[in-house]
Amino acid sequence: MHPVLATILKRLGLGVATLFVVSAIIFSSISLLPGDFGEAVLGQAATTETVAAFRKELGLDKPAPVRYLDWVSSVLKGDFGTSFSGRAASGVDRSRSVAELIAPRLKNTLFLAGVTAIIAVPLALLIGLTAALYRNSLYDRGVNALTLTTISMPEFFVAYILILLLSSLWPVFPSLANVDASTEFGERLRRIALPAITLTLVIVAHMMRMTRAAIINLLASPYIEMALLKGASRSEVILKHALPNAWAPIATVIAFNLAYLVVGVVVVEVVFVYPGIGQLMVDSVTARDTPVVQACALIFASTYIVLNLIADVIGIVTNPRLLHPR
Amino acid sequence: MNEAPESYAAAAEVAVVRKRRGRLERIWLALKKAPVSAWFGLIVLSAYIVVALFAPLLAPYGEAEIFPAPFGPWEEAHRFGTDQIGRDIFTRLIYGARNTMGIAFVTTLLSFAIGGGLGLVAAINRSWLDQILSRAVDVLMAIPSLIFALMLLSIFGSTVTSLIVIIAILDSTRVFRLTRAVAINVVVMDYVEAAKLRGEKIGWIMRREILPNIMPPLIAEFGLRFSFVFLTIAALSFLGVGIQPPTADWGSMVRENASLIQFAQYDIKAGLTPLLPAAAIALLTVAVNFVVDWFLHTSSGLKDEH
Amino acid sequence: MSIEHNDVLLEMRNVHIEGFADEQWHPIIKGVDLTLKRGQVLGVIGESGAGKSTLGLAAMGFVRPGCRFTQGTVHFNGTELIALSETEKRAFWGTRIAYVAQSAAAAFNPAHRLIDQTCEATVRAGISSRDESRSDAIALYESLQLPDASNIGERYPHQVSGGQLQRVMTAMAMSSRPDLIIFDEPTTALDVTTQVEVLSAMRKIVEHYGAAAIYITHDLAVVAQMADDIKVLRYGEEVEEAETRVMLESPKEAYTRSLWSVRALEKTEEKGEDIVLSMQGIDAAYGSSKVLHNVSINLPRGKTVAVVGESGSGKSTAARVITGLLPPTAGTVQFNGEALPSGLKSRTQSQLQRIQMIYQMADTAMNPRQTVDEIIGRPLEFYLGLSGAAREQRVLELLTMIELDESFLDRYPSELSGGQKQRVCIARALAAEPDVIICDEVTSALDQIVQEGILQLLLRLQQEFGISYLFITHDIATVKAISDEIVVMYQGEVVEQGLKSDILSPPHPAYTELLLSSVPEMDPDWLSTLLKERA
Repeated sequence: MHPVLATILKRLGLGVATLFVVSAIIFSSISLLPGDFGEAVLGQAATTETVAAFRKELGLDKPAPVRYLDWVSSVLKGDFGTSFSGRAASGVDRSRSVAELIAPRLKNTLFLAGVTAIIAVPLALLIGLTAALYRNSLYDRGVNALTLTTISMPEFFVAYILILLLSSLWPVFPSLANVDASTEFGERLRRIALPAITLTLVIVAHMMRMTRAAIINLLASPYIEMALLKGASRSEVILKHALPNAWAPIATVIAFNLAYLVVGVVVVEVVFVYPGIGQLMVDSVTARDTPVVQACALIFASTYIVLNLIADVIGIVTNPRLLHPR
Repeated sequence: MNEAPESYAAAAEVAVVRKRRGRLERIWLALKKAPVSAWFGLIVLSAYIVVALFAPLLAPYGEAEIFPAPFGPWEEAHRFGTDQIGRDIFTRLIYGARNTMGIAFVTTLLSFAIGGGLGLVAAINRSWLDQILSRAVDVLMAIPSLIFALMLLSIFGSTVTSLIVIIAILDSTRVFRLTRAVAINVVVMDYVEAAKLRGEKIGWIMRREILPNIMPPLIAEFGLRFSFVFLTIAALSFLGVGIQPPTADWGSMVRENASLIQFAQYDIKAGLTPLLPAAAIALLTVAVNFVVDWFLHTSSGLKDEH
Repeated sequence: MSIEHNDVLLEMRNVHIEGFADEQWHPIIKGVDLTLKRGQVLGVIGESGAGKSTLGLAAMGFVRPGCRFTQGTVHFNGTELIALSETEKRAFWGTRIAYVAQSAAAAFNPAHRLIDQTCEATVRAGISSRDESRSDAIALYESLQLPDASNIGERYPHQVSGGQLQRVMTAMAMSSRPDLIIFDEPTTALDVTTQVEVLSAMRKIVEHYGAAAIYITHDLAVVAQMADDIKVLRYGEEVEEAETRVMLESPKEAYTRSLWSVRALEKTEEKGEDIVLSMQGIDAAYGSSKVLHNVSINLPRGKTVAVVGESGSGKSTAARVITGLLPPTAGTVQFNGEALPSGLKSRTQSQLQRIQMIYQMADTAMNPRQTVDEIIGRPLEFYLGLSGAAREQRVLELLTMIELDESFLDRYPSELSGGQKQRVCIARALAAEPDVIICDEVTSALDQIVQEGILQLLLRLQQEFGISYLFITHDIATVKAISDEIVVMYQGEVVEQGLKSDILSPPHPAYTELLLSSVPEMDPDWLSTLLKERA
C-alpha cells in the first residue's frame, strides 16, 4: 500500500477510536449522577412508581455496556433520547426529544460559526503572512501588540465593549441576536453582526499569531536561504519555496482556531442571547438536563476531533517524504 | 598573530565569563533591563496581589452587605454604585480579586502537581506507563475543555471544590504534555546518561539533573496556565455555572450587571459598570502575558530573529 | 590548473561585518581584503569562529539576517555589490555567482524534484530554455559521476544519499555557468570515502568550465587538493595568504602550522599482553535491526586501542555495549578476567566505577546548571565517599591535573571554552579513579590546536596512572597520535585488529585500504595521484 494511504488510514482509525472513547466517557457521565436524581428531576412529590418507571425508561435497570450500545446505535440514527425538562412529578410527560430541541439551534450555531470563519480565516492568514514577511517593521510590531492584548481579553469583555459602542452609544447593530426560523437572510446577518465581530476579533488574534510563528519558523530553513542565493525574489521564495512546505502548519493553525471557535461560541451566544447550541448547553447544565448536555458535548467533541483529523490528513497528503517514498 | 603553539595554555583559552553576583543582585539587574511592558505587568500583578491579600482591610463594606437601593448610581458612598440587589460594587470588585485569583491559583497549583508529576515520570519511564498516560491525555484533549467542564459541572454541581478539581484535571493534560516534552529533551542529554552510568538513583537524577533544567519553561507555563485557568473560571462564572453567589466574583459580576449596559446612552457610568469586572480580568491576563513574555525572553536567551 | 590568471574577477577591500547578539553588535569580519582572478580557486581556511562562512557569503554581497556590512567594498566584475539594492543583487545570484552549502540535505527544498531545483536559476534568468537546461543538467550529473544520471533528477532530496546530494548541488551551481562559485564546507558532513568522490567530481567540473571559486573549509589537506592559493583566517582577520605549495611547505605564521598540529603528534606504540577489557563475540541490535555482528575487541592494560570506522560502522554501539547501556544479544564483555553483567542495572557500583566514559559533545555531557566543582566533585562523593575538605582538596588536585586552576571551581559549563569543557569531562572521569576510559570521538568537535592539547593531556594521564583507553574516532590523524593498537570496523563488523604499525602498513584488507587511502594528505598532488592509482 502507498505510505500516504497507510498513514491516512492509521490516522482515521485513531480518530474513530478517539471518538469511540470520548462517546463512552460522555455516556458514562450519566452513571455518575447521584442516585436520587430521579427525584431531583421529577420533583420531591414524585411517587416511587413514577421514579421507577423513569429509571426504567432511561434503561438504568440494564447493565452499563448494553445501555452504551443502545445509546450509540440510537445516536447513530440521530436519536439522542428525551430531554429531562418538562417532566413532572405527576408522571405527565411534556418533554421533547433532544434531537428536536437541538436541530434548529445547531443550524443557528453553524451559521454564526460559518460567517465568522469566512471572514476570520482569510483575514488572519493575510495579516499573519504579511507580519511574518515584514517582521520587526512598525506594522508587525503594531499588529503584535494589538493581538497580544486581544488574546488576553475574555470573549465577554470584547462583546460588551462592542455592545456599549455599537449598540448602546451609537446604535448601529442590535445587542440581542434573537433570530428564528422566519428571519430573513439579510436581517439574520444584521442581527448576528456583533457576535460575529466579537468572535472574529478573538479568532483573528490567535490565528494571526500562530500563522506568523509558523511562517517565520519556515523562513529560517537553510533551503530558503539557498533559494535567495539562487536569485529568487521575495514573492518567489514565499510562493514557490515556502508555501509547498507550509500547508501542514497552516492547516493545523486553521483547524486549531476553528476548534477554538467551537468553544468561543458558547460564551458569545450567551452574551447575545443567540438561540444556538452553546446557549442550549449552558441552560441545560444549569437545569441539569443530562441527555441534552450529553448530546451537545458529543456534537462539540466530534466537531473538534473531525477538524483536527482533517488538518492531520492535509499534513499527510502534502508531506513530500510520504508522497514520494524512497 | 605570532603566537607559537607551544605557548598554548588550557586555562588561557577564551571563554565568556559572567561576573559572580548574588541572586538578588542578578534579579535587580534583569529588572533594570526589563522593557516597559514587563514593568507594567509586574506593577499590575503586585497591585492585584496586595488587593487580594488585604481585601477585608481595603473594602469599605462587607462582601455581601446589602443596601436599600439596587442599581444605585456612582456616588460618594458607593464609588461604582450598587448591583442588582443593592451590594456595593467597589467592595465586591475588591473581594472578587481575592476569590477569583485565589481559586485560579489553587487550581493551577493542583494542575501542575498532577500534570507535572506524571509528565516527569512518563518522560523518564518511557514504557507502558508513558503509553497509557499519553493516550489518556490525547483522549481528554480531544474534548474541548470548556465543554468538558460544563458537562462535568452539570453532573457534580457547581461547588468551589468540584470547580477546582474538574478544571485542574482538565488543565493538567496540557501541563503533562509540556512537562513530558521538555523533560524528554533533557533525558536524552549525555549528562543524564553519564549520571545513569555512574549508577545514580532515579530520584537523584530527577531532582538534580532534570528538574533544574526544565524549571524555566515550567515557570513560564505556570503563568500562562494561570491566566488560562483564570479566564476559564471567569467564563464559567459568567455563564452562571462557576463560582456561585453570594461569593463575589468578577465573572458573575459581569453577568449580574450586564443589563446596565443598555442605559449607557443616559448614564455612561452605569453603562461602564459591567465592564469594570471584565476589565479587571483582562488587565490581569494582559499583565501576566507581558511578564511571561519577558521571563521567557531573559531565561532562555532566545531572541526573535532579526 | 594551468589557467592564465590575469584579469581580476572579485575584489574585496577592507570588508567589515558585524553580527547582532546579546543586545549589541559584535565584529565578525574585521577588515579583510580578497582578490580573485578569473578561473582562480582560492581556499579560505580557518577554525570555528574565524568568520570564513560570513566572508564567503560577503563575496556575493550577502549577509545573513542579523548581520550587516559596516565598511568596505565588494567589486564583482567591476560592479560594487554592497551598495546595490536586493533586486539588483539578485541579478548576480544563481547566475554569475553560485553558492554550494555545507548541508545539502537541509539546503534542498523537500517539496521539489532535484532537476527542477538544479535548473531553477538558469531558467528564471532566461539563460536557456527549460528543455535545454534540463538536458544540460543531465550532462552535468553525468560528468559528476552520479549514478543513473538521466533519471536521478526526477527524485526528491530525501530519496538520494548525502554524497550524491552534494554533487547535485554542485551541478546546480554550475548550471548557469557562473563566473564564481562559493563552496562553503561542502564535504564536512561526509565520510572520508565519500568525500574523495565528491572532491574529485567538484574539482573536475570547476577546472573544466574554468570557473573561479572560493573554497571554504577547516581542513587544510582538503583545501590543498582544490585551491591554487590559500588564505588563512582567524577571528575575522587574515593571518596570511600564499600559493598552496608555499603555504604547506613553509608557512610564515606559527598559527598556520598549528592548523595541522594533530598530524605532528605520534605515539610510539607498545604492545600489551595483560588484557583489561575484552568484548567476545558480541552481537547487538536496536529493536529488530542488527548493528553489531560477532564483534571481538581486546584492550590491553595501560594501552590505547583506537576503534576506527565511518558513520554506521557500529563503533559507538560497541561503547554502549561495554557500558551496559545496550545489553548484547550474544557474547560477553569481560573485565579483569570476569564477565560483566550485560545490563547497567545489574552491575555493582565498583564495576561502574572502573569503567568511565567521555563524550564527543562536552556541551551536552555536563549539566548546564551545575558548577565545575559540583561536576567533578560528584564522583568523589558517590564512589569514594569524600566530603568536606578532603573532597575540596581532591577536586583542586584534579583541576591541576587537567591544567586548570581553582578560579574555575564556581564556573558553569557555559562559561568554559570548548577545550576547557572537554578537560572538565576528563577530570570527572578521572575522579572515579577508573581502569578504563571510553573516549567517544572526544576531539572531533574541537579545533586542531585544542585537539592537540587534549590528546597530549590524555597521553600524559595514561603514563601517570596507567589508564587504558578505548578511543573511538573516525579521524586517522587522531588514531596515529594516540593509539597503540587499532580496530577497524565496517558495517557492524571488525575488519581487523592489530598493532598500529601493522594496520597502517600494507598489505590491507580491501576496506582498510579504501579507508586509509581516502584520508586527504597535506600534499597538493595527493588527490591526482590517488585517482590515477584507483583508475
